[in-house]
Amino acid sequence: MTIEDIQQEIIEEFSVFEDWMDKYAYLIELGNELEPIDAKYKIDDNLIRGCQSRVWLHPEKDGDKILFEAESDAIIVKGLVALLLRVLSNRSPREIIDADLHFIDDIGLKQHLSPTRSNGLLAMVKQMKLYALAYEKLSQQEG
Amino acid sequence: MSLDFRKIRKDFPILDQQVHGKPLAYLDNAATTQKPRVVLDKVEEYYLKTNANIHRGAHFMANETTEAFEGARETVRQYIKAGDRGEIIFTHGTTESVNLVAYSFGEAFVSEGDEIVVSELEHHANIVPWQLLCERKKATLKVLPFDEKGVLKIEELDGLLTERTKLVAMNHVSNTLGTINPVEKIVEISHKRNIPVLLDGAQGIAHYPPDVQTLDCDFYVFSGHKIYGPTGIGVLYGKRKWLEQMPPFMGGGEMISEVKFSGTTFNELPYKFEPGTPNYIGAIALGTAIEYVQSLGVDNLAVREQEILKLATEKLKSIEGIRFFGEAENKVGVISFEIEGIHSFDLGTLLDQLGIAVRTGRMCTDPIMDHFDVPGMTRASFAFYNTEEEVEALYKALIRIKGMF
Repeated sequence: MTIEDIQQEIIEEFSVFEDWMDKYAYLIELGNELEPIDAKYKIDDNLIRGCQSRVWLHPEKDGDKILFEAESDAIIVKGLVALLLRVLSNRSPREIIDADLHFIDDIGLKQHLSPTRSNGLLAMVKQMKLYALAYEKLSQQEG
Repeated sequence: MSLDFRKIRKDFPILDQQVHGKPLAYLDNAATTQKPRVVLDKVEEYYLKTNANIHRGAHFMANETTEAFEGARETVRQYIKAGDRGEIIFTHGTTESVNLVAYSFGEAFVSEGDEIVVSELEHHANIVPWQLLCERKKATLKVLPFDEKGVLKIEELDGLLTERTKLVAMNHVSNTLGTINPVEKIVEISHKRNIPVLLDGAQGIAHYPPDVQTLDCDFYVFSGHKIYGPTGIGVLYGKRKWLEQMPPFMGGGEMISEVKFSGTTFNELPYKFEPGTPNYIGAIALGTAIEYVQSLGVDNLAVREQEILKLATEKLKSIEGIRFFGEAENKVGVISFEIEGIHSFDLGTLLDQLGIAVRTGRMCTDPIMDHFDVPGMTRASFAFYNTEEEVEALYKALIRIKGMF
């Protein structure tokens, strides 16, 4: 499935919720289900600091793909992190760099990825793209 | 006098609205207060009819505005019972006022090896300017701690003071914990050693205005927007004897008496510290806000806030897993708390969906977060216009949210 396919799938999943609180309840569920980041990666070097909540992000190269592990101390943020991982993890660097993440907007949660929200999510997306850029550069040099 | 607070609430048009389809419960008054109609009207009236730069023109509107601006200074002077209008400096807000003193007082009186004393209860705005000063002058910042209830360990203050202490800077009321600090004692202990005291009144001014002459503090600073006035206007009260010895903070027009390239002489107080075009319409509207508060009686408002605080504390106490931060006997209408297992960001996000505006996070007080070893808190802060129904809405929302985790 492409990044676009997964985004459509998520939009579909969220379309059943009529009430906002149900959307958040679902995010909480996703947050609770998210595999916790390996303790050895939950370190300051991997910390993306928001004023309100914190996100840890660890990249790992797996062949020509990048695997991400991530976690947040806030559950709603963790739910959003889970969605971002579903879309962006286990993808090639180019796919990650080119990804247009419209699903957050489409499911009505754009506010959480706006620069005025200091929850670390926007910085997380930026950081994922930066890792992708770095890996792409590296593989071009190696290749 | 018994006031009809339901009627008074109608003075605040912003409160009557829905957010996310729910009636708004605005419980973030420690961050900023809402503005009564008279204040909004005053701002509009000035821009519509009278706007002209103050102290400069000989024309009708300039004179009108200048008189209103100086009238507002007089209103502030009376509100905090200062003796002398030259001691009331208009600034952009509390933060600028603290920075002004940290710079100008620091230039005049602080040198290498000297000490400044703050408390662990301070907002960053009353910490960072002093850190910058200490860096500049190679001085040391010392900190008075607070206890588990959020009360300053006032008995330790004297032990922190030495002959090198140049200033004690503390808040009147804590923005995070609501604690009303024993400012009389702080001044008394410091003055015994001839050390001047700055009080950060950002959170005190709307509830317990000081009588600066009786209290005898050397500086008292606050923001207009915390007392139902506009943003971008604030006050520095300083004793004349200090202000006269302090060099200007910023240079520009109005603060000078004569400018020559060979040297400039400065204007008298308060203008020496008011360079450039001030936010004069903000100042005029702040005057209106203070008059509004006085017309209702600031004591009556404080009593009402205490009623709401008491009700909210009782109500929230019954929620299982709730932990309060700041349980001083003397506190303003602020409840900071956490609910076990729920991050403050999650709590704030969900409360918002239910129409309830609270503050979440670190509240510009990292040292307090570190003291309690929490990543953040949720704070409900009340004003006299809040209602029993809003407290009930908060309680019900918290119960509902708790059920989601």
